[in-house]
Amino acid sequence: MSDQPLLNVRGVSKFYGSRIGCTDVSFDLWPGEVLAIVGESGSGKTTLLNCLATRLMPTTGCVQYRMRDGNLRDLYQMSDAERRFLMRTDWGFVHQNPADGLRMTVSAGANVGERLMAVGNRHYGNIRNTASDWLERVEIAQDRIDDQPRAFSGGMRQRLQIARNLVTSPRLVFMDEPTGGLDVSVQARLLDLVRGLVSDLGLAVIVVTHDLAVARLLSHRMMVMKGGRVIEQGLTDRVLDDPREPYTQLLVSSILQV
Amino acid sequence: MTALADYNFAYLDEQTKRMIRRAILKAIAIPGYQVPFASREMPMPYGWGTGGVQVTAAILGPHDVLKVIDQGADDTTNAVSIRAFFQKVADVAVTTKTSEATIIQTRHRIPEETLGENQVLVYQVPIPEPLRFLEPRETETRQMHALEEYGLMHVKLYEDIARHGRIATTYAYPVKVAGRYVMDPSPTPKFDNPKMNQSAALQLFGAGREKRIYAVPPYTDVVSLDFEDHPFEVQTFEKPCALCGARHVYLDEVVLDDKGGRMFVCSDTDYCETRREEGQRGEMLADMKEAAE
Repeated sequence: MSDQPLLNVRGVSKFYGSRIGCTDVSFDLWPGEVLAIVGESGSGKTTLLNCLATRLMPTTGCVQYRMRDGNLRDLYQMSDAERRFLMRTDWGFVHQNPADGLRMTVSAGANVGERLMAVGNRHYGNIRNTASDWLERVEIAQDRIDDQPRAFSGGMRQRLQIARNLVTSPRLVFMDEPTGGLDVSVQARLLDLVRGLVSDLGLAVIVVTHDLAVARLLSHRMMVMKGGRVIEQGLTDRVLDDPREPYTQLLVSSILQV
Repeated sequence: MTALADYNFAYLDEQTKRMIRRAILKAIAIPGYQVPFASREMPMPYGWGTGGVQVTAAILGPHDVLKVIDQGADDTTNAVSIRAFFQKVADVAVTTKTSEATIIQTRHRIPEETLGENQVLVYQVPIPEPLRFLEPRETETRQMHALEEYGLMHVKLYEDIARHGRIATTYAYPVKVAGRYVMDPSPTPKFDNPKMNQSAALQLFGAGREKRIYAVPPYTDVVSLDFEDHPFEVQTFEKPCALCGARHVYLDEVVLDDKGGRMFVCSDTDYCETRREEGQRGEMLADMKEAAE
């Protein structure tokens, strides 16, 4: 891990009229670090994630990102063109519902290849080989390369979405409930896969989840949110094993034991 | 002059023509960019060339000679009625000869004969947005044009190759104009795409229902999109035209009987007729001659 943070978040707040989406969130994220944002529904997790990924403009606050050249840039001051370029090269965004992040009417190969073509790759053979490599890495059989994602199961779609995001070797990936809606055995495989990819590629990840097990398995650090505020943050094992806030204690003790 | 042409030249009122001319000027200034304009109701249904007719009406002068083509032919319903329309409302000279025309309104074809600097080609466009079926949001496609994000266009071509082993798009084949905007050349066969490149004639595109005008100025680069390992290529035909014997032209297939008989003839009827007047004979005419003897 580098000694300079990848992302500086300072005082980010988002209000929907007079309602609070999230308020006064500040943290740093280092390269290669996985940060989990946990909390119940409506606690502002997804609003915060969307603000960080510039899918939403926050009401106040500032987020700085360290570009590949080492300079810090304020995300909200960038031009649209720069921001969109960043989003399709240096960043990834994995949606809870794969249909939101995939093009459902084009083949798996084209889904993975889209980002390559967007950055100017114009050699069909190379694009196809890269796509096929990535399908293998996310455990999708290579003979499915010409199938459309709607012919895929939920777990395969989610893996395809991950491949599509990682093909340009991004440095920062946002994940919104990546295992939501999947059954437990498929969840376990997906988590295993993501954990492997994150450590192989040295990705920094911000993952939003309400599932504490996902946070435990994937993340180094976590933030607990309630009513739009961050009420506790620290190393994942510390927060889960020794929760300090009453709400975190409640959350941890609510996990069902089989 | 006919009464209608005398009352107001070329159907549209002068303010409307002025508005359309401004849109055309802007379109010429930004090659390939879709300029919005306040498309008027025309006395014909959408899809029959309301955009092309408005562009033609706006640039038409009393001394112009008009030619109208529909699928390459001068004698199909659409071509005949648009020609009759302008004879009635503008009293202009009309022709079927490509070389004599100063304004050529076309649907689905570019004439085989090379156009000159004194000619304007007006296309009828049903869907001006090349990214339409890839990205349904108009707000998004406009932003993609603005930021020159055209990767998605190649996703379509990738899909073609993955499915058919080659780029199977044969008409409305996307082109890049003057190295900047990606443009839909209207549903002309991709056979005609190379004719758009560095053309001496001004090319104007009118989409009436979608309320867009765009243009390719004379001598502008028009490049068909492709992959390095799957370059752009046009259709080839095995036989020459059955009537005039022309090669390297776009041919229509005509079914002759229910026993599998068919012939291939030039889709550009004026080109075919001119060649026959010059004494060129295809195999079908030669056969008929022999039969007559």
